Amino acid sequence: MRHLMSPLDFTTEELDRLFDLANDIENHPAKYAHTCDSRILATCFYEPSTRTRLSFESAMTRLGGRVIGFADATSSSAAKGESVSDTIRVISGYADICAMRHPKEGAPMVAAEKSGIPVINAGDGGHQHPTQTLTDLLTIRSLKGRLGDFTIGLCGDLKFGRTVHSLINALIRYENIRFVFISPEELRVPDYITDMLKEKEIPFQEVIRLENVMPQLDLLYMTRVQKERFFNEEDYVRLKDFYILNADKMSLAKKDMLVLHPLPRVNEISVEVDSDPRAVYFRQAKYGVYVRMALILTLLELVP
Amino acid sequence: MLNVGKIEEGFVLDHIKAGRSLDIYEHLQLDKLDCTVAIIKNARSDKMEKKDILKVECDIDMLDLDVLAFIDHNITVNVIKNGEIVEKKELALPKQIKNVIKCHNPRCITSIEQELPHIFYLADAEREIYRCKYCEEKYMSSAKWN
Repeated sequence: MRHLMSPLDFTTEELDRLFDLANDIENHPAKYAHTCDSRILATCFYEPSTRTRLSFESAMTRLGGRVIGFADATSSSAAKGESVSDTIRVISGYADICAMRHPKEGAPMVAAEKSGIPVINAGDGGHQHPTQTLTDLLTIRSLKGRLGDFTIGLCGDLKFGRTVHSLINALIRYENIRFVFISPEELRVPDYITDMLKEKEIPFQEVIRLENVMPQLDLLYMTRVQKERFFNEEDYVRLKDFYILNADKMSLAKKDMLVLHPLPRVNEISVEVDSDPRAVYFRQAKYGVYVRMALILTLLELVP
Repeated sequence: MLNVGKIEEGFVLDHIKAGRSLDIYEHLQLDKLDCTVAIIKNARSDKMEKKDILKVECDIDMLDLDVLAFIDHNITVNVIKNGEIVEKKELALPKQIKNVIKCHNPRCITSIEQELPHIFYLADAEREIYRCKYCEEKYMSSAKWN
């Protein structure tokens, strides 16, 4: 029995198979509409995350399965003090597979150790969020046609952004990736990541202004710069516009560059960009469902 | 010069950093053993100027050498039988340690579920870095004396 705790749990060959399956589901949804008939997914969400939970629920429903679960800790037995280990033992008798989100880091791993059913880490604090990374990789692979041979710009909060760190770790397994880190000084990518890139001789550059690097990017991964992350209001006001993607900045980009965003977007991408065919963040959310469908089928060993 | 007699069977843990023998006594849970233990502090040493030594008269299977290796793999372990050294054991950093150190990450699941074991795995042998199995919080082996 396999679980998914980290995006690196799968080899690149296994990921290729997973993404091929996701693309087949995208192209032939009817073929998969009953693959999970009579199967149950438990969504155990100890903290609210509407998007991720609905994405899992949509994935299971589209496969013909059913969903049970809870959406926050107050409506679960955790509020009564039950441990994750006990909860998963009970859930193992109720469902065939479990997606767990928990504010404490490592909670899904504790569940996986005691579980009788596959457990998917649906986000554990600031630690891992593997299905977001799989979504990002599938989106890039599907719309660019490859994972590798590109320059990717990562923009915004690169210090605290869990999705960014996870994506970098996943991408360095592929050939010819060049990173451009675009952030204010306060929110630079952590040293352990730049040290690792130097050690592996993977090219990267760090810049402050997005427009300076737009022409060289094949992909732009946007994240939110939160006001509270800045040390002072003045810096925030001075820098915030650097990180708002608008039509002017898009005019500097390659014709086939793609813009991704893990969502929710607040104001870092101007709505005028939404109609640009290079803005693929809503399609990315849809790929999140396909990759979760492929993941559920793979972990339940139900791939037709 | 203080003289401590030979032991017949057990261990002599030599080249312990001066002043650390009691930490090792505690980590090896020697207080729980019903056997003779000699703690020698600040013994003269050519190699270290000053060192601590522990002499433990017990069955040689009774000590967890993985724990000792984690604490300080530079300690020399002499195995004694019939009053003679029969083996000098080389210590290597253990791949995994359980309930020796605690994860101090307040966001780690071990911070709220008390019954969980605190398991760390060796992530980087060269830099002696251990990481919590659950949250991957870093623990520098060199920090344990600080």
